Amino acid sequence: MSRGLDIKRGRVDLSHGAGGRAMGRLIEDIFLAAFDNEFLRAGDDQAAFDVSAGRMAMTTDGYVVSPLFFPGGDIGKLAVCGTINDLAMAGARPLYLTASFIVEEGFALADLKRIADSMGEASKAAGVPVIAGDTKVVERGKADGVFISTAGVGAIPDGLNLSCRRVRAGDVVLLSGSIGDHGVAVMSKRENLEFETEILSDCAALHGLVADMVEAAGPHLRAMRDPTRGGLAAVLNEFAHAAGVGFSIGEGAIPVRREVAAACEFLGLDPLNVANEGKLVAFVAPEGAEALLAAMRAHPLGREAAVIGRAVEDANGFVEMRTAFGGGRIVDWLAGEQLPRIC
Amino acid sequence: MKYVDEYRDGALAQKIAATIARETQGERVYRLMEFCGGHTHAISRYGLEDLLPGNVQLIHGPGCPVCVLPMARIDLGIACARRPEVIMCVYGDMMRVPGSDGASFLKAKAEGADVRMVYSTLDAVRIAEAAPEREVVFFAIGFETTTPPTALAIRAAEKKGLKNFSVICNHVLTPAAMTAILESGECGVEGFIGPAHVSTVIGSRPYEIFASKYRKPVVIAGFEPLDVAQAILMLVRQINQGRAEVENEYIRAVTREGNARAQAEVADLFELRDTFEWRGLGFLLLSALKLREGYAVYDAEIRFGLVEKPAKDNPACECGTILRGVKKPAECKLFGTACTPETPMGSCMVSPEGACSAHWTYGRFRERARAAE
Amino acid sequence: MCLAIPVRVVEILPNEMAKVSLDGVVKTVSTALVEDLAVGDYVVLHVGYALAKIDPEEAERTLELLAQAGIAA
Repeated sequence: MSRGLDIKRGRVDLSHGAGGRAMGRLIEDIFLAAFDNEFLRAGDDQAAFDVSAGRMAMTTDGYVVSPLFFPGGDIGKLAVCGTINDLAMAGARPLYLTASFIVEEGFALADLKRIADSMGEASKAAGVPVIAGDTKVVERGKADGVFISTAGVGAIPDGLNLSCRRVRAGDVVLLSGSIGDHGVAVMSKRENLEFETEILSDCAALHGLVADMVEAAGPHLRAMRDPTRGGLAAVLNEFAHAAGVGFSIGEGAIPVRREVAAACEFLGLDPLNVANEGKLVAFVAPEGAEALLAAMRAHPLGREAAVIGRAVEDANGFVEMRTAFGGGRIVDWLAGEQLPRIC
Repeated sequence: MKYVDEYRDGALAQKIAATIARETQGERVYRLMEFCGGHTHAISRYGLEDLLPGNVQLIHGPGCPVCVLPMARIDLGIACARRPEVIMCVYGDMMRVPGSDGASFLKAKAEGADVRMVYSTLDAVRIAEAAPEREVVFFAIGFETTTPPTALAIRAAEKKGLKNFSVICNHVLTPAAMTAILESGECGVEGFIGPAHVSTVIGSRPYEIFASKYRKPVVIAGFEPLDVAQAILMLVRQINQGRAEVENEYIRAVTREGNARAQAEVADLFELRDTFEWRGLGFLLLSALKLREGYAVYDAEIRFGLVEKPAKDNPACECGTILRGVKKPAECKLFGTACTPETPMGSCMVSPEGACSAHWTYGRFRERARAAE
Repeated sequence: MCLAIPVRVVEILPNEMAKVSLDGVVKTVSTALVEDLAVGDYVVLHVGYALAKIDPEEAERTLELLAQAGIAA
């Protein structure tokens, strides 16, 4: 048998992606150790499982966050939670995940193990196993440390048909908690923007919260979305566009942590455009709003849930916001990534 | 946030707005120019115009340094960035501003140029220290608020003995722009909301000429929304009473003399350019800065032999007339069609302080609300 | 060109630098342009440089003026 990996000081090299013994060692000592489950133990290239009758949901995602480790999480935890959340937004019960790693030559094994372990923990905590994976190694400079690609599969409860196109004027918009935490936590570690803060990423798997929500709101629930890249502003604009409605939002109703607001002030960013990884926006018929809000607040990931506005008739698809100051403005989709301002 | 939240009190804003409404005289229209990108942004972010009576009109003047930068200067910066030995450091606001042929620093970066966004000139100096084998160039823009940081960066580079740091200087002067607006006589400005943080540096004294010679009231305003509302009230009062004075609403941070140390540093390192092109205002005499001969080694234009090539704006782009307060964004043929925040044709749309960007975010909504009434 | 925010000085550092805080978010910035700073002072911060000290008395006076402006005649 080959020598064990030197996790403490070793680095990934091209042999680890070549399909030979070195790769086998890497997979076993790092990935199998972290994800350990019956599917992976079988040692096949694919995982076979039974399916229930009814509709399934499937999703895929790529994770390229930089820096890889940030306050409150890392790329691995993000990959697990993000994929689970994509499924959860359809109301699906997440069943299985796959994870594919593209690792840069020279990447520290200790860091790879840290990421894999973090993924394993997140996966176990969520009750959603990683049942198949892949590893590739590319030359130095061709990947930013590591890129993770995932797929997820879930089962949609009978009769549930959530879709952004179902939203109509009069529907109530709920937000599960404070916005901006993740984006600010990541930015605080970015070179040239560094600042000290206690803000942690809100990275979390939302399927438990969603299960409670689906039960409480029943047929009144129209759709859900997690405001990741582009933030709350992107979700509202996407829905306005897809559903052919406008939105009327109250700035004062949107929870923002004091420190997140301060960090956004420093950089000239608007919290509405900043990414979140543990929050969701729900759109519900007015009759179901009260029960839904109560169910959200009863769950640990929805304690700060709030009604933030409603859908309105609007052929222009404007997302209008009443500012805390009393005036009004449009919340627009950003052209590209929001860049810190000096002006 | 202390010194922030108190100046954002919505209830108080309503009351001040009511006072303004009471004191504006009947049919008379008050045309006030705000001159500071920060003010443009605050007005649109907080929806301040919603609170004002219809006869108080706010004109966005050329107070956004990104917006007044002519394409030729952007092209010059991008050409320098494309040099393989150069690491070009720019502020976030500059990344997407279009130069000729739709080029931008962001696109140049995608094409392989080493362009890095920095929050502060200190970061650019740090990059130079960490990469002695590369040429680090800082693309300096801004009015008088942002010039001292550039001066200090050069001082720091000097102190550290860095041989690989230089600056492309596009610093411009506020009073020169105000003079140009008044001399053009185009937009009928009756009073100025003076810039907040330019004034912490230059003091209130440089505006006195606008009151004495041009008989225009100036009220320097902090840029929280209550500051702006208060400044508007003070201007309305001056106009009603036929006064033309320089008043300072931002007394908590602005003095008559300004920041002597900052002024001294700038005077040491920079001198006036004979002339400089301002987008929308043409060539203005003695309106911009360049490095003094003694600091020529830090002047990237000299170091790299950079030459400005004349560049023409899209003929339909109205950034120029908009910057002078002559036309409104909606009057530009390109607005909302070819020119959107996603596909900006001119800097007024790219910069969050630009009049077009502000109108896109805020004005369209107001127009529609008015139409519905 | 005016994105500047009022921040509180929490630590004076050597070489004309300081740590400043806005509601718990702390950044290291240059204080080369402002004299006689003490912990607890507030400054206006712009692109990593403190530009001016905020005068607490004048700030109070401004708030009073604002309040007055809001009073019905």
